[in-house]
Amino acid sequence: MLAAIKRPGWTRGALGALAFAAFGFGLVISLRAISGLPLYQTEQTGYPHVIVPLILAPLGFLAGFGCFDYWLRWAAGAPTIPDDHSQHGAKTWKDYFRFNTDHKVIGIQYICTTFFFFFVGGLMAMLIRAELAQPGTQIVDAATYNSLFSTHAVLMIFVFVIPVFAGIANYVLPLMIGAPDMAFPRLNALSFWMLPLAGILFIGSFLAPGGAFDAGWTGYAPLSTGAPLGQSFFNLGVQFAGASSILTALNFLVTIITMRAPGMTFWRMPLLVWANLSTSLLVVAATPFIAGAQFMVLLDRLLHTNFFQFAAGGDVVSYQHIFWFYSHPAVYIMMLPGFGIVSEVISTHARKPIFGYRLMALALLGIVVLSYSVWAHHMFVSGMFSWLRVPMMLTTLLIAVPTGIKIFSWLGTLYFGKIHTYSTSMLFALAFIVTFTIGGISGVMLGMVPIDIHVTDTYFIVAHIHFVLFGGSVFTIFAGIYHWFPKMTGRMYDEKLGRVHFWGTLIGTWGTFVPMHWIGMDGMPRRVADYASQFGNWNLLISCFAFMLGAVQLIFLYNMIVSWRFGPRAPANPWRANSIEWQVSSPPPIFNFDEIPRVVGGPYEFGVPGARHAIMAGEGAEVPATEPSVVGSP
Amino acid sequence: MYGRLPIVKMLAAIVALTAAISAVMLSINWDGQEASTAASKIDDLLNVMIVISSFVFSLVVVALFYALWKFKAKPGDESDGEPIHGNTRLEIAWTLIPTIIVLFGGGYSWKVLDEIEKPAKNPLTVDVFSQQYAWSFGYPGKGNVWSQGELHVPVNRQIQFKMHAQDVIHSFWVPEWRIKKDNVPGITTTAIVTPDKVGTYQLVCTELCGFGHATMRAKVVVEPPGQFQKWVAGLKEKVPQPLAESVVQDTETNPAPLSAGGA
Repeated sequence: MLAAIKRPGWTRGALGALAFAAFGFGLVISLRAISGLPLYQTEQTGYPHVIVPLILAPLGFLAGFGCFDYWLRWAAGAPTIPDDHSQHGAKTWKDYFRFNTDHKVIGIQYICTTFFFFFVGGLMAMLIRAELAQPGTQIVDAATYNSLFSTHAVLMIFVFVIPVFAGIANYVLPLMIGAPDMAFPRLNALSFWMLPLAGILFIGSFLAPGGAFDAGWTGYAPLSTGAPLGQSFFNLGVQFAGASSILTALNFLVTIITMRAPGMTFWRMPLLVWANLSTSLLVVAATPFIAGAQFMVLLDRLLHTNFFQFAAGGDVVSYQHIFWFYSHPAVYIMMLPGFGIVSEVISTHARKPIFGYRLMALALLGIVVLSYSVWAHHMFVSGMFSWLRVPMMLTTLLIAVPTGIKIFSWLGTLYFGKIHTYSTSMLFALAFIVTFTIGGISGVMLGMVPIDIHVTDTYFIVAHIHFVLFGGSVFTIFAGIYHWFPKMTGRMYDEKLGRVHFWGTLIGTWGTFVPMHWIGMDGMPRRVADYASQFGNWNLLISCFAFMLGAVQLIFLYNMIVSWRFGPRAPANPWRANSIEWQVSSPPPIFNFDEIPRVVGGPYEFGVPGARHAIMAGEGAEVPATEPSVVGSP
Repeated sequence: MYGRLPIVKMLAAIVALTAAISAVMLSINWDGQEASTAASKIDDLLNVMIVISSFVFSLVVVALFYALWKFKAKPGDESDGEPIHGNTRLEIAWTLIPTIIVLFGGGYSWKVLDEIEKPAKNPLTVDVFSQQYAWSFGYPGKGNVWSQGELHVPVNRQIQFKMHAQDVIHSFWVPEWRIKKDNVPGITTTAIVTPDKVGTYQLVCTELCGFGHATMRAKVVVEPPGQFQKWVAGLKEKVPQPLAESVVQDTETNPAPLSAGGA
């Protein structure tokens, strides 16, 4: 028992959380007692005796779980425990529930955790669609409905789409650049373990008096500053998800810049690496703004700092400026890694070099730069300074140009190729091109101030965000998961089930989100539990497609679980790809490479006679290209 | 070099598909009834965008499906495609042409925006007060009277709505007018509308404001000036003191444009 308490792990983690929470609770109560205040402050925005423990308990868990052990020993001058690599690799499923510094284990931890939240958020979407299937309120009351769509959005954005890309990149990216691990493995593990804590805070807010946060994922002040206790859970959860995101992005930046294999110049990096470089540049500079905005709301709620209290001289609209200064770049944080995945999948399955590789990389950087100058297009009717609208409209429209370059270049890649569509990943990548084009078109329309004035805050917006986030990001996530599933698990998935999942998802997405454009333009506002009866039939149809869309995701879940356990063994390179991760075994050896590979050419040299991307250990430069270049045990 | 593409046939297919999609899309009245001078201008912009968007969509679809039909690998074919790395002229074209298209769209939108917000010589000012979950409206004149839950305005005269929120943000939207504006606590926001069709419409709150958001509606009546005057004359209640204060205290978000002369 004592050993379990001393050793980093779940027991010590739980005790740490309890101890820190108790300390926080005691601190608040005793300070209030000393000050002669009532011990408990329970006006709805208050509850310091809940908030302070909520800040401290996750930190206590992380400390107890072992996230800080090495650093604390080092900082205190104690002898550090030399890393014997016992924390590398996973032998059984239990190893995924430990503090583990192996980027491959962390990648899978990320993906499984985020997909858990994807299914929880998806269930909420099903409840939302059940409520909206008919006008009037049937299943949930209006306040619960507000909580449901708020938590649905927050789970999908902060603990699914953003981190699942970090998970895929965590697994694939170090292999792709020929690195043995990420630059900061312990920081990498810490980043991961903050993520479930954020998700627990979001879901846990349903237990708070007054219900879960219900001011939307945007949490506009002053609705959020006056909302019940659940809103504080959101304010805090965003801090953990945001810190996780920022630390991971720093890790990616350092890894990409300093740990590329010899010979991998910037212009020889696969586009997935370019995409994550661009995303990380967005995350490190933009994410602190949402952290700041949510701290300001929390301080307004608890300490009456009045940042957004108009009666005390605060400025209501400034919340939106700070929020969107993060949250517009966040749209690209949720899309650029997907662009990278699609580039890998399309090039490999079309057996063709990426068309206009350099322009593709530059387009990513162009999006990074432009995305910092468009945020106020979310605020055309917000009552902000009206001169800002036209410049923000023009930058918004211009961002369609680099995005268009990407679409055209993927299409160009297909021409004169040998397109294979047997893989589910390729189906999702091809469908993504069309679906994302629709989302891009509605985005350009929304960028135009006069159209935006009419359709903003209606179902047209709901349709647009789901076309870019579901038809865009989630399609690329599925493409990535199917593409690298053999590499990650060492097993092949079932393509038949993959196809059913693909067609169900495609039809479900279009059936659910296409009609939403129309009902929005015709007068149905978003974020309503009840609506005018003229929209009843359309909403019923939308709900039917939504339920189908939800149901086919269970096929995906079944396929992944069963194939991981029982699927046929995967060869090292089932898709005959060129990039380095496919030149090692599936799953890769525990330390990735016996010897760091040498990069001698571009990543997509399909059809170029004798061209090589990388030379693996034990190979000479003169080895012919047809020789299988597998390293490690098969 | 690597074989030719049937460019003319593909272009013909793109044009045909664009025409077909546009014909269907333009036949649908997306935004519903038009009841203000802004509505037809916004709908025209939308229709132009629908045609341009149909072209872009057709381009992508035709390009994708032609490639899938023509360049699909035969079963068992393990060879690679042609090692084409790009085409500088094509890449410059698909950077520049979209830039020109979106800048055209931007310029057109800017023009429409200026037109629909152009102040008229003799506008009628109406105050809009919003609070959880109700709308009320103050009318000018010596009486400073107000109405709750029902807005009346004269037809064919520009209305400048001065909006005030008492608690959280609400948003004023009459779909038939195509005009929307947030009501923000602490500041006065302005919306300009010239209703041009007599009728009864609905005012919808479009900014999440709490559990009553979905049902925060008001009736809007557009009527001939004479009837409007009679209706206002019939109003007895005056704007309550706290609301009247917000009219005075709220700061305007939009100072006069720079071109209108220095301070």
